[in-house]
Amino acid sequence: MTGELLRPFEFEFFRNGLAVAVLAGALCGLVGVYVVLRGMSYIGHGLSHAVFGGFAASALLGVNLLLGAGAWGVASALMINRVTRRRVIGSDAAIGVVTTASFALGLALFALFGRAGRSFEAALFGSILGVSAGDVVAVGAVTLLALAVVVLAYRPLLFTTFDPEVAEASGVRTARYDALLMLVLALAIVATMQVLGVTLIAATLVIPATVARMVTNSFSRMLVLSTAIGATCGFVGMNLSYHLDVQSGPTIVLVGAALFAAVFAATGAGGRRR
Amino acid sequence: MTQDGAPLVELRQVTCRYRSEPVLEHVDLAVAPGQFTGVVGPSGSGKTTLLRAVLGSVAPVSGSVVRRPGLRVAYVPQVDTVSWGFPVTVRECVLMARTSGRVLPWPSPSERAEAAAVLDRLELGSLADRHIGELSGGQQQRMFLARALLQRPDLLLLDEPTSGVDVRTRHEVLHLLSDLNADGLAVVLTTHDLNGIAAHLPHLVCLNREVVGAGAPRQVLTRAVLERTYGAGLDVLEHGGMPVVVDQFHADEVALGRASGA
Repeated sequence: MTGELLRPFEFEFFRNGLAVAVLAGALCGLVGVYVVLRGMSYIGHGLSHAVFGGFAASALLGVNLLLGAGAWGVASALMINRVTRRRVIGSDAAIGVVTTASFALGLALFALFGRAGRSFEAALFGSILGVSAGDVVAVGAVTLLALAVVVLAYRPLLFTTFDPEVAEASGVRTARYDALLMLVLALAIVATMQVLGVTLIAATLVIPATVARMVTNSFSRMLVLSTAIGATCGFVGMNLSYHLDVQSGPTIVLVGAALFAAVFAATGAGGRRR
Repeated sequence: MTQDGAPLVELRQVTCRYRSEPVLEHVDLAVAPGQFTGVVGPSGSGKTTLLRAVLGSVAPVSGSVVRRPGLRVAYVPQVDTVSWGFPVTVRECVLMARTSGRVLPWPSPSERAEAAAVLDRLELGSLADRHIGELSGGQQQRMFLARALLQRPDLLLLDEPTSGVDVRTRHEVLHLLSDLNADGLAVVLTTHDLNGIAAHLPHLVCLNREVVGAGAPRQVLTRAVLERTYGAGLDVLEHGGMPVVVDQFHADEVALGRASGA
């Protein structure tokens, strides 16, 4: 039994995939705290779809996927950030236009140039096949960067998230921190796209933070818990993915959803005070 | 606190617009050290914009805002502008006032001590580790005040601090602000509450895009000024030496009802 459980660790692709899944889970859990508390879940969802357009364009142009999709994601994030600060049209509508157009462009590019297949499916639903040691390093670097941002900008990010008007009035450059957060979010999505898939990243941004919120009333503890929950879901989900022969993205998300249901049931419908 | 009598902030012919709509027009206002001013006016009269112009978060399209060099201004928003389900304790929220100057996420011993002193002064010391959502309306207002005081301001701006609170809480807030003002802190607040708050303040500004009247309540709370401010007939009575504003239309209606024998 134990031998069967440990068997996938004999394969390098699995070890790499597992490392990326754990790091990606931790990264999304960490960034997801801000996404959830700022009510940006839809932005996270939209941005992950927008990145797909960059992924498709990079694949067709032969550009490094992380770099190409990363540049596309950063551009989309800044565009969304700019749109959400204006109030001429509803930000949800603007995000819907920008991100679904980008997603549609990705689908069209794959359809027109016949590059559908493994990479196409991997981008949509996640796959551990083809995760290299370089990918592990890249996701690790983005995780460290996000951690550094959260620690070094802890105070202004907290103030900007809780009370942007007074933060601005108190001298915090809220627009700068909003943009910084969007950049970190875009990088997190790009870095985790291969394992989780663009259609499911939003769930890994939202579920760990939501579960953490249900069990704590402290912002700092929520950051730590959400990161740990994300990493744990990545670890458990990847192992289940191998044994059940189901794609990694859906399995990780389902593990998170099961945890959410369990905590929701255990803490009562309200959980901590909302 | 500043000592000499030169204004802390002076608005000179300030005009502010939201998109193309004028919100403030040619407003002159000076806030002196130790001043305690209430700004009254109907909804949409530009009260909040006036505070933001003083604060510097809204730039005038014409005119100028002159602030004393080194002036520290703290702002207390309306309590319903934040999510009270946000996962922070009272202490964490108050310590947000110390966002600049220290990079480390956790507070220094001196920051904790200062926060504790301010919380004790506002009678929130025993609630420091409570989640903010567990506070009553008055306690929420005092917590915002504590956060503002931790910035050691020369001037405190409050946007409708008594909006939606009961009479007891309103009195608490007003007495607290009076105490702070007595310690030398300049205070400017906006309110809809003409009788509960405004009539108790030493200085009032009636605003309806422009300054309609400014001065002591007895000077400002007149039928003519109130009609220009609110665009409706209001009467001013006197009770216990204080001006009391009543709804003129309502009084006429009652009189008409009596005359017709209804």
